[in-house]
Amino acid sequence: MSEKRKKTNRLKIDRKRSIKLYSMMVKIRRVEETLAEVFTAGEIPGFIHTCIGQEATPTAVCSHLEQSDYITTTHRGHGHALAKGVDLKMFMAELFGRRDGLCRGRSGSIHLADKSCGLLGANGIVGAGIPLATGAAFASQYKNSGQVAVCFFGEAASDEGFFHESLNIASLWKLPIVYVCENNGWAQFTPQKVHMPVQDVAQRAVAYGINGITVTNDILEIEAAAAKALSKARKGGGPTLLEVKSLRWHGHYVGDPQKYRSQKEVTLAQKDDCIKKFKTWLIKSNYLDQVKLDGIESKIEKEITKAVEFARQSPVADTSELMESLYVV
Amino acid sequence: MRELRYIHAVNEAINEEMDRDENVVLIGEDIAGPGGAFGATRGLLERHGPRRVLDTPISEAGFVSLATGAAMCGLRPIVEIMFMDFTTVCMDSIVNQLAKIRYMSAGQYCLPVVLRTPAGGGLNAAAQHSQCLEAWFAHVPGLKVVMPATPYDVKGLIKSAVRDDNPVLVIEHKGLYAGKGSVPEEEILVPLGKAEIKREGSDVTVVATSRMVHDSLEAACIMAEEGVSVEVLDLRSIQPWDKDAVFNSVTKTHRLVVAHEAVKSFGIGGEIAATVVEEIMDELDAPIKRVGAPFVPVPYSLEQFYQPGPTHVVEAVRATMSSIL
Repeated sequence: MSEKRKKTNRLKIDRKRSIKLYSMMVKIRRVEETLAEVFTAGEIPGFIHTCIGQEATPTAVCSHLEQSDYITTTHRGHGHALAKGVDLKMFMAELFGRRDGLCRGRSGSIHLADKSCGLLGANGIVGAGIPLATGAAFASQYKNSGQVAVCFFGEAASDEGFFHESLNIASLWKLPIVYVCENNGWAQFTPQKVHMPVQDVAQRAVAYGINGITVTNDILEIEAAAAKALSKARKGGGPTLLEVKSLRWHGHYVGDPQKYRSQKEVTLAQKDDCIKKFKTWLIKSNYLDQVKLDGIESKIEKEITKAVEFARQSPVADTSELMESLYVV
Repeated sequence: MRELRYIHAVNEAINEEMDRDENVVLIGEDIAGPGGAFGATRGLLERHGPRRVLDTPISEAGFVSLATGAAMCGLRPIVEIMFMDFTTVCMDSIVNQLAKIRYMSAGQYCLPVVLRTPAGGGLNAAAQHSQCLEAWFAHVPGLKVVMPATPYDVKGLIKSAVRDDNPVLVIEHKGLYAGKGSVPEEEILVPLGKAEIKREGSDVTVVATSRMVHDSLEAACIMAEEGVSVEVLDLRSIQPWDKDAVFNSVTKTHRLVVAHEAVKSFGIGGEIAATVVEEIMDELDAPIKRVGAPFVPVPYSLEQFYQPGPTHVVEAVRATMSSIL
């Protein structure tokens, strides 16, 4: 990719918007790092899967979504949830398994859901969110509401039958949906070349007669591609498959020593930091200086500290709640 | 009262609910243009249009989850799964998504999806097109399961299922599609979770589902000639099932037979029998008997030896009459 093209993309973004994007990426990064700490300290039950290194994708894509648009996400879904606008305190309380959580402690990390901001749900089954999001898009089309659906998933999910069936139907029925694949090269402990015979997930789009686009882990590149795909979906042009060559810094779950990856590969991934890159560009473009950037970061830190405290203070769910909400009565 | 075929009762139920509620849509394979593999949805495309009646690719997992996602966003889909055997292809969609999303989201979402599917054998359709799998789904918290045995009940239960805000699996029986029964012209609704006494009796309770309701009624006639009064209780709903109705009947007769077409081993008969023993053991004057299919897949040409029928119910009833607890 030429430098010239990079500059042209970047000139299209205004200062206000760029601050918004930067803030969200930093928020996701710091929330994930904080979660890793409290998890390791034993405050969070179960397992969590952080998206450190991958913050650009949820930030860029969700920056073009309305509150009423729908998303589904995966077990690695904290970034998408935050970027879609979940309340940070309730998000934190949910991960702590507390009653004031988004789902009153029912969902935990992997099944996070928030109807108020269109988060249909994170999913513990790889690929299962793909047809769910497709259904949301179907509902939007049926109601002629102008809403779109975005489905976030990893490259390994594109091996699941759900992917094939969903893109097939979405293309046939021209559903208002964008399928966003975060290809971080690792399906849990398995590298892409072991489970996929093609280089780019976007290549699979041709089988469904839709556009497949591949971009790098660069916030502005993702942002531009997402804007185009979402606009197409909203206008009735049907789905797009957008693949981001993302980068997972840490293991599959917090605590995973990722011995199956070479140190060299990990170091390279961490060098290509989407946040650092954007920060450098913001300073060079005179959009923000170091002082302002520090201000943004310290504001986020305060917010996170408050959220953690809120979570710690929130009571654990009562056993009397165990049988609630199984059925609509 | 007019006589209506079971399959036409299905059609009427769907049509009426689609007339009543704009959010009801119909999804499945061959259901639009062709009117359904069994004709259940004939005429609905013409009446309600292609926006509401949709033929899907052969993608059960895809379209059941599509219906689930659509329901989360305000629609009320009725999905046809062509044969109950094909529910295997969309188990995640049903068990991990449709059944659980409401609970996992602490009630934020409701999922008013109706899955309709014909189960059962008797047509030599063999192992992969003849199964009765209600026990699998009754075992999943979050799903409701009904098994209507008559045209009246299938119409009333489908209508109630569509209006219910929970996911409901309506298990029809392909062998019952052609059968006729009384169905009034005016609107009927059969409540979910309620059984119905199809024949009153005083000596033995036979709790039956679907096709076995008819076979149990036949068995009751045979036993009447032997001076034994059999009460046939049509369970109608499997999850939740009408425990009160079963208990009331057993308290009256003190003998229980459970009859279903599904494989006997690990079938719903076990759940009913265990519950009766756990809670009203003292009411029993004889051990409980269960009628179900043998523990093999449904065979092709040997099916006549496989399917439970009136003689098996008669045998079970005689066994409860002759044993003493």
